[in-house]
Amino acid sequence: MLIRRPDDIPSSEITPESIYQNRRQFMGAAGALALGTVLSPAALQALGRTGMGMQDDKVTPEEDVTSYNNFYEFGTDKEEPKELAKDFKPMPWTVQVEGLVKKPRPYSYDELVGKLSVVDRTYRMRCVEAWSMVIPWRGVMLRDVINRVEPLPSAKFVEFTTLFDPRRMPGQRSPVLPWPYKEALRMDEAMNSLTLLATGMYGKSQLPNQNGAPLRLVTPWKYGFKGIKSIVKLRFTDKMPNTTWADANPSEYGFYANVNPQVDHPRWSQAKERRIGEFIRRPTLMFNGYAEQVASMYSGMDLRRNY
Amino acid sequence: MSQETSSAERHVRRFIRPALWALVLVPAPLLIAQLLLDQLGADPIDKLERLTGEWALRFLIASLAVTPLMRLTGWGWLVAQRRFLGLAAFFWAFGHLSVYTVLDWFFDWQEILKDVTKHLYITLGMLAFVIMVPLALTSTKASIRKLGGVRWNKLHALVYVSVIAACLHFVWAVKQDITEPMIYGGIAALLLAFRVVWRPTPRASIRPPVG
Repeated sequence: MLIRRPDDIPSSEITPESIYQNRRQFMGAAGALALGTVLSPAALQALGRTGMGMQDDKVTPEEDVTSYNNFYEFGTDKEEPKELAKDFKPMPWTVQVEGLVKKPRPYSYDELVGKLSVVDRTYRMRCVEAWSMVIPWRGVMLRDVINRVEPLPSAKFVEFTTLFDPRRMPGQRSPVLPWPYKEALRMDEAMNSLTLLATGMYGKSQLPNQNGAPLRLVTPWKYGFKGIKSIVKLRFTDKMPNTTWADANPSEYGFYANVNPQVDHPRWSQAKERRIGEFIRRPTLMFNGYAEQVASMYSGMDLRRNY
Repeated sequence: MSQETSSAERHVRRFIRPALWALVLVPAPLLIAQLLLDQLGADPIDKLERLTGEWALRFLIASLAVTPLMRLTGWGWLVAQRRFLGLAAFFWAFGHLSVYTVLDWFFDWQEILKDVTKHLYITLGMLAFVIMVPLALTSTKASIRKLGGVRWNKLHALVYVSVIAACLHFVWAVKQDITEPMIYGGIAALLLAFRVVWRPTPRASIRPPVG
């Protein structure tokens, strides 16, 4: 499940029909419940187990991944970005590379990611709001991009910034978050082989606008909000940068934001999650199931304090 | 002038019940239809939870609007609509709680108990609902007679606690953009403030507004 080359993904998983079928069955069940039909808990339990496929990681239907987005630059409702981002033109795109690098300068999209080897990776995505998806990303390894721009040995962190342009991103006209959106990783996190700079998904080479076109960070062991979208700046620094959600609400969001079922969000439990398209919540896995690849980076750290 | 008022009053009095019944009866089947037709987006349970909660709060706030409206218009018969709206709020709140218990947590009592005791906004939501139970149970005319107007009014003043808890529940349930809960909270605050500012003088009171 962790890493799949495109030829490993059966076409039945890419085609969402079967899953939709499933979801409709679920709708029926949910509807029947809502109608107050008498259904014994045992029958429902069985339905939950057999009908919804509790423990496997089926790819989430593309329709859901492109219509259910937390991208406040295009509105705070999850249905809004699809509509409000539909006229957004990501190209041409420039990424400013600055701070502790050999040659700070603007890179065109092609200069930054062109000719790097393109990878297809299917990852779980766990939102801090306790829902999750399985998304087949296409992109480049962030590590390759970083090697290309040559940071200095003194660089300890890399900070990412989203485009700030309220004319093109109407959500930025309201001060719901301190704009522009910023995120950051420690260098070892950025260089981890899981970390992607996504340029596309579902076998396509371009990202839908609502999913963060044209460049979006993917760190599958962290909560979804670390996956900063529409990146226009990479800044290398030796000090831990501020990040947007931690700035907006320091008691609720931290720098690391590693998926951790043992550490609750102050307002809700993180122990379980609902996979989009499924009914019964499934347990959330430590580091979203990627402990083998990432846990060593945090050995000795108190993850309760470094949330 | 008084002629006009009374004809307006006659019209409102004739149509208010059918209008309120429509308001109560139309949204639920519409929601169920949307659910069955897969029109509630990628996370229909979350959507259903939000929408049932919003309807509960709308009816709760609407019930709070009756008394000020009664004092402003002098239409004492409006008092009966207050219980009707309150009951509607209770049924939506029950639906909201059912979605939470059955669809969201599927009888996972351990998690539900943890949620109610550890997370203040869930505690407040539960409080708002629990308060509504005795109010719903005593919403009959027989109960008013049995308790007597004064005691009945005292008991039903608990609705103020319920609405405040419900508004805070909404504010804290939202992740970041609190625009919508602030609109509901603002309206509720105005309706509560009205009661503080405009206390009925013996002369202004039309009749004991019981029921």
